[in-house]
Amino acid sequence: MARVVVDVMLKPEILDPQGQAVQRALPRLGFDGIADVRQGKRFELDVEGPVDDAALARIHEMAETFLANTVIEDFTVKVES
Amino acid sequence: MTARIGVVTFPGTLDDRDALRAVRLAGAEPVALWHRDKDLHQVDAVVLPGGFSYGDYLRAGAISRFSPVMETIIEQAKAGLPVLGICNGFQVLTEAHLLPGAMLQNDHLHFVCREQRLRVENASTAWSADFEAGQEISIPLKNMDGRYTADERTLDELEAEGRVAFRYLTEGDPADGYGNPNGSLRNIAGITNAAGNVVGLMPHPEHAVEPLVGTGGTDGLGFFTSILKKLVSA
Repeated sequence: MARVVVDVMLKPEILDPQGQAVQRALPRLGFDGIADVRQGKRFELDVEGPVDDAALARIHEMAETFLANTVIEDFTVKVES
Repeated sequence: MTARIGVVTFPGTLDDRDALRAVRLAGAEPVALWHRDKDLHQVDAVVLPGGFSYGDYLRAGAISRFSPVMETIIEQAKAGLPVLGICNGFQVLTEAHLLPGAMLQNDHLHFVCREQRLRVENASTAWSADFEAGQEISIPLKNMDGRYTADERTLDELEAEGRVAFRYLTEGDPADGYGNPNGSLRNIAGITNAAGNVVGLMPHPEHAVEPLVGTGGTDGLGFFTSILKKLVSA
């Protein structure tokens, strides 16, 4: 079964306090040199049938209307081989 | 004939009972609405109450927004049906794009539960007409995802059109309920659509309608008497 991955990230201009909290914890844990952390969501979709243009168009629509809130988030759709 | 005001229950809603009670105390007839029922049962207005519908999965309000009852509410709100979204209800309204912007996790990453002071900025909406513009009120606030966010252009537009309906009061002692509790941009606690029939706010007026319970104030009752007056005079 083909897998399509939708990654959803807060838009760059939106404050991400969770990412900041992660970033601030890093030096204490001995992980140096990380200037910034942004936290997002990853959706793995197992698609029944062929992942053709029509299927991808539907997944794009799904991401735009439901998986992401495009007021605050950007998303990418990619087919995993 | 008294006005009928519906209160929607989603799976995970918490404050439907208090909202129904507030409606009754204001003098209207409370009508319980169910998320899977598209029928609004001839109500004159709808309250989307607080809670954690669908466990806030995906995003707060994101799944409820696609429930059968919301299909009807979205359609009728666009035609003028008064709708008040409280807390999770406000999140549902932004997810449904009936109100602009979006709600994000509190900037301090903690759940907040406190008495909150607000200023009524717009006293001409369907849900705030019983207040005076500039009036200061105090009602409970409890949320995890209460940080109101919108782009600068939308914020400027909201300000210019008087659509910031309620604002957190920040000049004062936090112990007395002052301060921005969640990092909302421009201290926005609640907004209205351009027509004034759809209003959303983070704090909870339905928990402040009787002197004997809650924090002892009745500042929340004005939201429900506002809509009742509007419906009776219509």
